[in-house]
Amino acid sequence: MENDKKIIVTVSGIDKTGIVAKITTKLAQYNVNIEDIKQSICQGYFVMFLLGCFENSNYSFKDIKSALLEVGNEMELEVWVQKRQIFDNMHKI
Amino acid sequence: MFDAKSILETINMIKVNNLDIRTVTLSLSLRDCIDKDIKVVGENIRNKILKYAKNLCNYANEIENEYSIPIVNKRIAVTPISLIGESSKDMNYVYLAKVLDEVATEVNVDFIGGYSALVEKGFTKGDLALIESIPEALSSTKKICSSVNLASSKAGINMDAVLKMSKIIKETARLTANEDGIGAAKLVCFCNAPNDNPFMAGAFHGIGESECQLNIGVSGPGVVSAAIEKLPKDVDFGTLANAIKKIAFKITTTGELVGRELANKLNIPFGVIDLSLAPTPNPGDSVAGIFKAMGLQHAGACGTTAALAMLNDAVKKGGIMASSYVGGLSGAFIPVSEDALMIDAVKKGCLTFDKLEAMTSVCSVGLDMIAIPGETPSDTIAGIIADEMAIGMINKKTTAVRIIPVPNKTVGEMAIYGGLLGEAPIMKVNTLSSSCFVNHGGQIPAPIHSLNN
Repeated sequence: MENDKKIIVTVSGIDKTGIVAKITTKLAQYNVNIEDIKQSICQGYFVMFLLGCFENSNYSFKDIKSALLEVGNEMELEVWVQKRQIFDNMHKI
Repeated sequence: MFDAKSILETINMIKVNNLDIRTVTLSLSLRDCIDKDIKVVGENIRNKILKYAKNLCNYANEIENEYSIPIVNKRIAVTPISLIGESSKDMNYVYLAKVLDEVATEVNVDFIGGYSALVEKGFTKGDLALIESIPEALSSTKKICSSVNLASSKAGINMDAVLKMSKIIKETARLTANEDGIGAAKLVCFCNAPNDNPFMAGAFHGIGESECQLNIGVSGPGVVSAAIEKLPKDVDFGTLANAIKKIAFKITTTGELVGRELANKLNIPFGVIDLSLAPTPNPGDSVAGIFKAMGLQHAGACGTTAALAMLNDAVKKGGIMASSYVGGLSGAFIPVSEDALMIDAVKKGCLTFDKLEAMTSVCSVGLDMIAIPGETPSDTIAGIIADEMAIGMINKKTTAVRIIPVPNKTVGEMAIYGGLLGEAPIMKVNTLSSSCFVNHGGQIPAPIHSLNN
């Protein structure tokens, strides 16, 4: 399934320098291609959504998720990494 | 491309409103385990469960991680054990209960259901032996759940079985008196028991089911409350019902995704998804909370039965739209001990036993997790069961009784179980005698299926 290799990364927390840089660097390290990205600041609160594809990565979903959660821990951000299918299933008829 | 609003909504449903997969239940036939020698039956059961369920928990944990949605319970449901032990010489059912309990521990599931008998029209020797073994089986094991089908719309009510079960419930509670009669919390009497229900304590692998399948139970009363709270207070009932249907759709599609993925990993067929609003004692995870969101002062107020009827129906409609394989109980559960606001309503005197009984005529199950005084006579318990069976029989719906006569405790005290089973205020029960009625013996005949007034 094509969708099986797509992930949605959601990052939120207090805004600070280097959030996008750290997350995307980690994704590059794990060979996850970024297909779409949206980011905004709302009352000092940082929110980012990112669609990634790990089709060509040698790493598993689990490895990639752990690595991103670690970045979240270091930067005191809330990071969610989920396979995309859950959103497609829930919100499309 | 993606829609940020949808992503936030999903995360919010999981994080704030307690959306979860309540149970993944491996439903397994044990009919090929039958043997004359009970030890061989036990060995066959052990081998078969290990073969199918050894990876259940690992795979469930993997999927939980992939979608970041909690899978709270991993369970197994098996063929009613009365059928499996019946051909063995000594019909030592307690031995089979212990085997099931051990193997459940080995594969790390939290409950195994199917210590059951289907006796709506009479007992076989095996049915009787199993029923009589229930108190010992439930008091000497940790993970066994037991259910007995006493009635159906096609067969009527087996009143001999009702009477027998009232005594079995009391005895089971007595043998587990040091834990407030917890054995009775794992024992349920049914009318029209579903064959594919993934929820405990009533799950078993029905006779007409396939060799093995994975059934999913999804919950989310908090999500439904939140959806209703977002609406203006003055919306009409059509709008209210639509909001419930939409959210039920979203919950069901999510559950089916998880169910199909897990069935795929286990290499077994996907069975059904059961969307049941099953509360937990956690804040915000309450069916009684939905009544408040709908505008009732508290659960038990006049209008509660109508609110529950609409909720139950809208949940089913949303679920049916989302999946072709909706089954099990599907609707709204109203267990008292497992719902913080139901407990509160009982404690404050807002919700009485009689109102609960009325509510069961439109909810998806029945009198569930209700603690009553330990001194309640077994004939009164038989009367309670008979009433509940009658509601199910006449209305062609599943009804159930999971009631705990808490030893040495009375009205005003609490029965404490912990975990998902929660805690229950002991409720007042009508003290008039039912003895002469319930002791007539025999069968309440099957009802007429026309002239529906």
